[in-house]
Amino acid sequence: MDDRVILRVGAKILIPFILIFALYVQFHGDYGPGGGFQAGVIFAAAFVLYALVFGLGNAIKVLPPKAAYFCGAFGVLLFVGVGYASMALGGEFLNYSVLAHDPTHGQHYGIIGVELGVLITVFGVMVALFYAFAGRRRLDR
Amino acid sequence: MIALGLFNYWAVIVLMMVGFYTLIARGNLVKKLIGLNIFQTSVILMYVSFGKVEGGTAPILIEAAEHGAEAAEPILYSNPIPHVLMLTAIVVGVATLALGLSLVVRIKEAFGTVEEDEIQSASL
Amino acid sequence: MSQNLPALLVVVPLLLAPLAALSGRAKIAWGIATAACWWTLYAAISLLLRVQESGVIRYSLGGWEPPYGIEYRIDLASAFVALIVAAIGAVTIPYAGTSIAKEVSEDRAPLFYTAWILMLAGLLGIAITGDVFNVFVFLEISSLSAYSMIALGQDRRALTSTFQYLIMGSVGATFIVIGIGLMYVMTGTLNMVDLAERLPMVESNRTIPVAFTFLTVGITLKLALFPLHLWLPNAYTYAPSAVTAFMASTSTKVSVYLLLRFFFTIFGEVFSFEQMRLNMVLMPLALIAILAISLVAIYEVNVKRMLAFSSVAQIGYMVLGISFGTVLGVTAGIIHLFNHALMKGALFMAMGCVMYRIGSVQLDKMAGLGKAMPWTMAAFVGAGLSLIGVPLTVGFVSKWYLVQAALAEGQWFVAGVVMVGSLMALIYIWKVVEVAYFQEPDPDHEIIEAPLSMLIPTWVLVIASFWFGIDATTTATVATQAAETLLGAMP
Repeated sequence: MDDRVILRVGAKILIPFILIFALYVQFHGDYGPGGGFQAGVIFAAAFVLYALVFGLGNAIKVLPPKAAYFCGAFGVLLFVGVGYASMALGGEFLNYSVLAHDPTHGQHYGIIGVELGVLITVFGVMVALFYAFAGRRRLDR
Repeated sequence: MIALGLFNYWAVIVLMMVGFYTLIARGNLVKKLIGLNIFQTSVILMYVSFGKVEGGTAPILIEAAEHGAEAAEPILYSNPIPHVLMLTAIVVGVATLALGLSLVVRIKEAFGTVEEDEIQSASL
Repeated sequence: MSQNLPALLVVVPLLLAPLAALSGRAKIAWGIATAACWWTLYAAISLLLRVQESGVIRYSLGGWEPPYGIEYRIDLASAFVALIVAAIGAVTIPYAGTSIAKEVSEDRAPLFYTAWILMLAGLLGIAITGDVFNVFVFLEISSLSAYSMIALGQDRRALTSTFQYLIMGSVGATFIVIGIGLMYVMTGTLNMVDLAERLPMVESNRTIPVAFTFLTVGITLKLALFPLHLWLPNAYTYAPSAVTAFMASTSTKVSVYLLLRFFFTIFGEVFSFEQMRLNMVLMPLALIAILAISLVAIYEVNVKRMLAFSSVAQIGYMVLGISFGTVLGVTAGIIHLFNHALMKGALFMAMGCVMYRIGSVQLDKMAGLGKAMPWTMAAFVGAGLSLIGVPLTVGFVSKWYLVQAALAEGQWFVAGVVMVGSLMALIYIWKVVEVAYFQEPDPDHEIIEAPLSMLIPTWVLVIASFWFGIDATTTATVATQAAETLLGAMP
């Protein structure tokens, strides 16, 4: 891939914007369209693009497979953690209203926390999936 | 006219049958998975078309309405719940597809083929 | 904490699952899985006691009132099924620790236990949720984890059978979603109680019978009713032993529960049995399953596969009980659901012990095992007696109730088929007994008894299958009450 200058430069320009867009989708997702699922996939797409253009080895240097696994599990913990926090504060599981002094803010924090958990999990799982498939040896050769 | 008015269901049925047929009739495991995915997608289309309200807009809270400002008439939203349900179903579908494909990769490694009949003769 | 117990039943496993995935060591992951299983057992027992004491427990997730939010609704039937799942999970997990260490490689084991915990959470979720779409989500959580666990079987055919199961299971789940969608479009609700109230108003519309049909086919695919059972024998045969024991005694049982829930709570027995004439479909299929599949089991030489076929036949008994549509019949179905979980769990665990020592469950490799592994084979015989339906075992209790239900309906033929099915079970269990006890062992191989960590869980189930056979009042009372709740005979 070393001679494909246009691809490399194009990818380098695009990747930051993809990441920013993912974060936009994420933080816009509490009251508008968007959210963790989409954001996580877009975020992972940036890594997949990086891996496709610069090679799997470089991508693994940026984000080792172990870190991807960790993200996948950690996001679920964050999600469930928000649920436990709301139970500890006297509400039902995932009842965000009790998370802050007034319910509107509580809903806000709760959704952001949960969506962040979803983002991290989806991102981690998507990248781990990509590594798992891309890391297999070539079967036909 | 009634038949035409329900064209969304026709589209769903056609897609569903295409997917189901592929799923049953094809011997290639990857093609089977593609059929399964088309089948599941048709259900997503079905749900989303359930949620459509005639003349309704996308169910996104519009700022003007939120603050009680001059909304000349109440805004008609489409039903958001089927969309939400299908978001979940899409995730389930993706998970199924990923698991299915990873199985196919391992089947290819173990049997050297992804054709159903060849696998059958290999495992006897 | 206590008012959050319904959520905690499902959510504690969900919290522990990622921890197991992160642990990175098989032993630690196993410890976490054990904690999850035993916690759910405790929670399920206390929920059942509370339901018996004070009636239906309702819990709104996220504080959203039903029918807008997802509601967990635990009545006696759901608490009973949750208890079965949790109990089997708690018994099989110590067993899995030893058996999986041998059958699944160390680096995969943490993820295996993660899948195990998720499957447990999914099955419990199906049992206690009161929202039909939530049922689908939990169903897929449990199915996807089951697929990944089966695929870890040692034989390469585990992969193809998982693929088959994945395709058929996903089609079944999609059918269920279609049915749920059609119900939603007619009633505008997903809450089970709400659906039950609103469905009669739109029953005359053709959409509802279509929804009913999709749901029936989808669920019968998941519970492996003949002729939709094709995924089951292979999946059970090639899965790791502990997974087979766990799945055989929980996942199809939960599907039977779903069938009950949809037929009786949501559609109501009048619609299901008088309008849709469901018994005309279910009863013949159940009878064919009992006779034909038992016959297939007799000719099978792989014992695990034989037991898998026997499972299909036993599911026939459960569905047969349900197909009467009476309190007595449904009681018989629910009792058999519990009893079959005990005995089939014990049988598959005994076979897992054999697998652990001799690496095969082919009938011809098992010659003389009665001497080499006396405790294992004694457990097999004990649970086998139960499968046949010998008095003083749980199998007898199930058959007793089933025959009673059949005779109450004047169905002599059906009662006869139940008897014939028992005789056929006698034949295939005897085949194993004959080989294990009356043939000389191969002198070249030194075979020793299975480790205690596997024998004790097996024997716990065997003893339970005698205990509840001798004193069936507890199960019978709970099952009767559950059946009455489902059929609406009791408020």
